[in-house]
Amino acid sequence: MEATENTHAQDHGHHHHKESFISKYVFSMDHKMISKQFLVTAIVMGIVAVMLSIFFRLQLGWPGEKFQILNAFLGDKWAPDGILDRNAYLAMVTIHGTIMVFFVLTGGLSGTFANLLIPLQIGARDMASGFLNMLSYWFFAVSSLIMLASLFVEGGAASGGWTIYPPLSALPQAMPGSGMGMTLWLISMVLFVASSLLGGLNYVVTIINLRTKGMKMTRLPLTVWALFVTAILGILSFPVLVSAVVLLLMDRSMGTAFYLSDIFIQGEALDVTGGSPLLFQHLFWFLGHPEVYIVLLPALGISSEVISTNSRKPIFGYKAMIGSILAIGFLSFIVWGHHMYITGMNPFLGSVFVFTTLLIAIPSAVKAFNYITTLWQGNVRFTPAMLFSIGLVSTFVTGGLTGIILADSALDVNVHDTYFVVAHFHIVMGMSAIFGMFAGVYHWFPKMYGRMLNTKLGYAHFWVTLVCGFGVFFPMHFIGMAGAPRRYYSYSEFEFLDWVMDLNPYISTFAIIGGAAQILFLVNFFHSIFYGQKASQNPWQSNTLEWTTPVQHVHGNWPGALPEVHRWAYDYSNPEHEEDFVPQVVPMKPGEHAH
Amino acid sequence: MKLLILLVIVLAIIAIAQLTKVYELSRSLRKNKEEEISAADNKLNANLMLVWMFLFFVGTVFLYVRYGDYLPVSASAHGVDVDQLMKVNIWMITIAFFVVNFFLFYFAWKYQFKKGRKAKFFAHDNRLEMLWTLVPGVVLAFIIVYGLITWNKITGPASADAIQIEVYSRQFDWTARYPGENKTFGSASYNLISTSNPLGLVTKEGIRAKMDELDAQIENVEHQLEENRMMPLLPESYVATLEDKVSRLKRHKQRIADLDENSVNGLSTWEAGNDDRLVKGEMHIPVNKEVELIFRSQDVIHSAYLPHFRAQMNCVPGVATRLKMTPTVTTAEMRKITGNDSFEYILLCNKVCGAAHFNMQMKVVVESEADYNAWVTKQKMFKAPEVKEAADTTLANEPKKDTVAVAMGSK
Repeated sequence: MEATENTHAQDHGHHHHKESFISKYVFSMDHKMISKQFLVTAIVMGIVAVMLSIFFRLQLGWPGEKFQILNAFLGDKWAPDGILDRNAYLAMVTIHGTIMVFFVLTGGLSGTFANLLIPLQIGARDMASGFLNMLSYWFFAVSSLIMLASLFVEGGAASGGWTIYPPLSALPQAMPGSGMGMTLWLISMVLFVASSLLGGLNYVVTIINLRTKGMKMTRLPLTVWALFVTAILGILSFPVLVSAVVLLLMDRSMGTAFYLSDIFIQGEALDVTGGSPLLFQHLFWFLGHPEVYIVLLPALGISSEVISTNSRKPIFGYKAMIGSILAIGFLSFIVWGHHMYITGMNPFLGSVFVFTTLLIAIPSAVKAFNYITTLWQGNVRFTPAMLFSIGLVSTFVTGGLTGIILADSALDVNVHDTYFVVAHFHIVMGMSAIFGMFAGVYHWFPKMYGRMLNTKLGYAHFWVTLVCGFGVFFPMHFIGMAGAPRRYYSYSEFEFLDWVMDLNPYISTFAIIGGAAQILFLVNFFHSIFYGQKASQNPWQSNTLEWTTPVQHVHGNWPGALPEVHRWAYDYSNPEHEEDFVPQVVPMKPGEHAH
Repeated sequence: MKLLILLVIVLAIIAIAQLTKVYELSRSLRKNKEEEISAADNKLNANLMLVWMFLFFVGTVFLYVRYGDYLPVSASAHGVDVDQLMKVNIWMITIAFFVVNFFLFYFAWKYQFKKGRKAKFFAHDNRLEMLWTLVPGVVLAFIIVYGLITWNKITGPASADAIQIEVYSRQFDWTARYPGENKTFGSASYNLISTSNPLGLVTKEGIRAKMDELDAQIENVEHQLEENRMMPLLPESYVATLEDKVSRLKRHKQRIADLDENSVNGLSTWEAGNDDRLVKGEMHIPVNKEVELIFRSQDVIHSAYLPHFRAQMNCVPGVATRLKMTPTVTTAEMRKITGNDSFEYILLCNKVCGAAHFNMQMKVVVESEADYNAWVTKQKMFKAPEVKEAADTTLANEPKKDTVAVAMGSK
């Protein structure tokens, strides 16, 4: 069967040249291979980021205690006697954040699933430009390598927090991490943005131009809608980050003063005047806030698909879901000021940002309620992907609600930059997005590798991750409300915080167990690639087009003609049909109503 | 030790891999497919949903009970409003948290897979969707209005008779500056900062002293360059560094020469600084008087965080930022309230600023106005650095005397 399909593909005359190892696995222009490249790179980066977080959690949980493992990994300079160095601590925090936000949850999540799902779910042979797509991955790979390399330079990696506010990040004399490590960070970020733009343009063009016959915009699966809006957000906001980064590079090495003014440091009054450190914050957060949704929307798209499929029910309020994705996307561009309430910004401007920020809660609430209604009266099948998607709804709601406090400028004043913020964004953005990513991997693994992941290991992975995730981040709300600032190396200097700091050892324990639980996933993932059970063509009995392609990947995705679409993606348990799913390629019965 | 850890990790991975293999072999013997979720698995996960919900809720309640009184009663007037707003908001989000999470996990359990049952085909319902657009809309409208009313109340300009104190930050300490008897801050410039003048206050003597210091430095470097010209021993790159240094020092001199004198309250800002009082690491403020804090930074961005006063403001180099508040509880009273005899108010840095960020703090003491006044008058006045000899009273670049406001940032 597979053999005949392959012959078909070749008969079709698309790409029938024999492929070398290099063009198939390394410089591949096939979207499916590029998607796997993104995923594996993101997993490697994710391992690094998780390990960094465990290193600094050891220090936070048991400050001053000696851990030989730290010395083993970090050496005598960064962890003399097994105690994390103060500068190294800041470097770990910074690189953990950078890798997680950009390399795992932006590059990894969008890169993997936009590449895999867009052509397959809209019925296209490949991306609009396979070459740009390949470039997008290789920019990402090089930028990842540079970011990792920055951990090993003199002075250590960038240490000013992932938001790299100048002047701290602009002045090498301000801290060791603002030297070579910072330069590499900035260069890595420029390449990363290039990757992101090449990818994003490709995604948008592909979705607009290459939909198969019958695939109207209103028949697109929500994954594609989410990835579409994500790509647009990226295209509009990442160039602003590049400008911020390039100006910072110039301030660092060419004597300009975009962000610097009136500075006396290390015994010297600097030459530069007239710049504004706040300019950087405006530029940074003009990307930074849409970035939150660049991370979140693909996860929400994936969970829409997974929840609907495994509830055996249409996603509730399909059009409202699209509307809320669009509304969130639009609003995300006019809320960046809520990161800056206490910078001395005009309070009236603050009020405007309070208003726009809190508006985002409305489309977000609509999404949450729609997910729950999708479960209602469903026939819920607990695949690992479904578990992660349900977990995502919980983290999205739980973390989103505390956003209401942070959006309220009068309340933000007292919790700004405290652990309350750390709790909020790790739950709403970190956990939700990573749960979405896991859901995606468990759900589409059969499509990517033609094999199944082990379900039991998936269960164990989910439950331990869920418990540990909340165990780590939920108590942080209380530490933050008690007044503990983030990015502190130790809290022992403040008596008024002593009483809540007894939570820290528990948090660190959860972090270590949760981190270790990811080994379950890694073993499952890499083992199943080679030895997993062979997948069937449509293992989840799903409606979308990717499950009509052969298990064995072929260039051009479909042997023979492209499928034609006759209905939306969510005809699950349609009473007019016998089966509880009706693939999009099934023609309408005479007299059947479209949805 | 390293080896041992590595060994444990490797063995764990191998163990999981082997177990997986065994499991898979047994599964293939039973001819089960991974995608076919057995009834037992569905039931197990559905039940775990309830178990988790129970643990999650109990844990949340425990944390609320144990850590819910996160800070002692607000020590400032506006903080009472902030706390009230916080309480209302926390209540609302807590209710939403319980309700939404309950329905999520409950439905997941209740509608677990049953063979032969067909799910309800329920694609949309305009009334329901309208309901959960409007309800959050109305609730949020309330939150926005209530929040903004509070925000406007706490942010307006300080009243004219508010006590002004400057809070000056640098890596990694805080200095408080009081304007002294003339109630006017002397102007300050980062160009004049030196060990004897940590805030760079502008006074005639200070300018002269800094100019002399720079002249001496320039002379020193030029001397080195001169020697090298006669006998070139220094590497070229070092010569370039020295030449660069000379030109930077000269530009520094020029910037000082460009400092303008202006006047506030009929006082020259250059004179006004003479009686300013500088206190490092400690700040006193009077109770029940409005205080306006003016924040400046010497090097990078810091943030002055006063959790007990529900107040925070960034300190940005090049710009003066401001914050007003009225302390209502003295340190002594707060010690009684907290039952902690060693309680101190604290101002801490809340914007990462370098290695010692985690210990950049200042003690804040709230006391009666009389005590406060007594304390302030006891602090040493800023004295301009001594003029080194009578070198040359007429400097080559006698600073201009203009009345254009500069240096302190605008109000």
